[in-house]
Amino acid sequence: MDRCLAGDLLKGKFPAAELKIEEFRGETSITVAAQEIREVMTFLKESENLQYDLLLDLAGADFAGQATYPRFMIAYLLHSTKFNNKLRIKTWVAEGSGLETVSGIWKAANWLEREAYDMFGIKFNNHPDLKRILLTEDFVGYPLRKDFPLEGRNFDQPFNVCLEEEQ
Amino acid sequence: MAESRFMTINMGPQHPATHGVLRLLLELDGEIVVKAEPHIGYLHRGVEKLSESLTYPQALTLTDRLDYTSGLSNNLAYCLAVEKLLDIKIPKRAQYLRVLFAELQRIAAHLLWVATHALDLGAMTVLFYAFRERETIMEMLELVTGARLTPSFIRIGGLAADIPDTFLPLVKDFVIDLPKRIDEYETLLTDNIIWKKRTQDIAIMSGAECLDYGVTGPVLRASGVCYDVRKAYPYSSYEDFDFEIPMGKKGDVYDRYLVRLQEMRQSNRIVKQAMDNLPEGPIAAFDALQVVPPAKEAVTRDIAALIRHFKIMQEGFQPPQGEVYASVESSKGELGFYLISDGSNKPFRMKIRPPSFVNLGALPKMIEGQMVADVVAAIGSIDIVLGEIDR
Repeated sequence: MDRCLAGDLLKGKFPAAELKIEEFRGETSITVAAQEIREVMTFLKESENLQYDLLLDLAGADFAGQATYPRFMIAYLLHSTKFNNKLRIKTWVAEGSGLETVSGIWKAANWLEREAYDMFGIKFNNHPDLKRILLTEDFVGYPLRKDFPLEGRNFDQPFNVCLEEEQ
Repeated sequence: MAESRFMTINMGPQHPATHGVLRLLLELDGEIVVKAEPHIGYLHRGVEKLSESLTYPQALTLTDRLDYTSGLSNNLAYCLAVEKLLDIKIPKRAQYLRVLFAELQRIAAHLLWVATHALDLGAMTVLFYAFRERETIMEMLELVTGARLTPSFIRIGGLAADIPDTFLPLVKDFVIDLPKRIDEYETLLTDNIIWKKRTQDIAIMSGAECLDYGVTGPVLRASGVCYDVRKAYPYSSYEDFDFEIPMGKKGDVYDRYLVRLQEMRQSNRIVKQAMDNLPEGPIAAFDALQVVPPAKEAVTRDIAALIRHFKIMQEGFQPPQGEVYASVESSKGELGFYLISDGSNKPFRMKIRPPSFVNLGALPKMIEGQMVADVVAAIGSIDIVLGEIDR
């Protein structure tokens, strides 16, 4: 199946939307606006000619300091078991503003969105259980942001628990 | 506070049947699991953050420590992603050897799985049998790579070294031996009435449910969905090999067991083909001068090669701007690396798609409504490795 079909069908379905279609090393990426993500994803999953039934991956990335875009990029990687092709959907969100969850479309998004929230602090609206997944609940900061130091904050300080016991 | 009729128990993180440091909060109604909530992250080392501070060749060593039961598959997935970014072609000999290693590693990982899974369910004998064969593979891999669990042997552009002459005869013996050994495991388990009672109709997932939860690998195929990265998006010359994808029907723990045993037999076939058809030639893309360090003999003879070797080791290389995703079928499922390059010598962002992480997300669905004793069977049947989940 032709890989570009997804782009054409999306353009037909959402004529007002600004879609940016890129090809690099044989992979197709389509950038969509953050507020349309739920409609676009529902269409991609349910359209007869696309049927992207497997959400393989959801990756956040921090583009802090690059003024042309909002701060965070989120890339969804979809696979269609019927047509055997992959598609990457990208969207941009600014710091502090949220994004609609896709966990109602693919349940796989539940944990993947939690991870993006954990690592970048990106809020997913209407997520059933948005909380940290890999880090502890009292962790301060979002480690995969570019302004988070590699060695961590206060890494050379003793843990609070130890201090209380010593007193 | 109103008394709940449910009892909450804490399973793990120090529990032998959770295969690492997985913690489960189970809410029980008698012996029935009402709600299960996995807590993960006890092994979080920040691999994705660390990789942003390392050059591309350096970051390879981190991948060994993801799924530590199949280090070579992780190396392969990472190298494929970087090579796709760089757009370099790998010589056939290196590709075949990569396939050979990846399949040996898959057999080793599945042997470890069948051993521990059977042990969890009370069949201890299988462990001693399966570990004997796994040890043979470990010794062969040690002979080639110098390490048992953290090989870092598949390098960007090819392999670290060619195989020694003594390696292939060992593989040949092993390939002849293995099918008989798998028959032995089958006599212990496949028709064993206790094994069947513990595994059949337990933790059933339909194909549609698996896709919904993003489950890949043997668990997905046991539910009757034919998705294997080796066939769907062939990499490293998998299109040259003749093998089948074992599938299950019902999607219960027993089917997952059958699928994995069949996969070992198929992997054995692939290893045999890779060995028999192994082409001659270089083991790395030495024509990609900026990427692959020159061979040691060249470094000792040629000053230009010495300088080039030094530069690659110190600074790495600078791939073009862009983003790529490359994945392999590891023993657990689809292992993918999503790389964003900003044109510098370090990855701007490296996102790992760990199969165990996504598969574990389906665990509550599998065990809710089942008996608490079956939780162990369900966890074992997903084949999780916490090093990969927590990263």
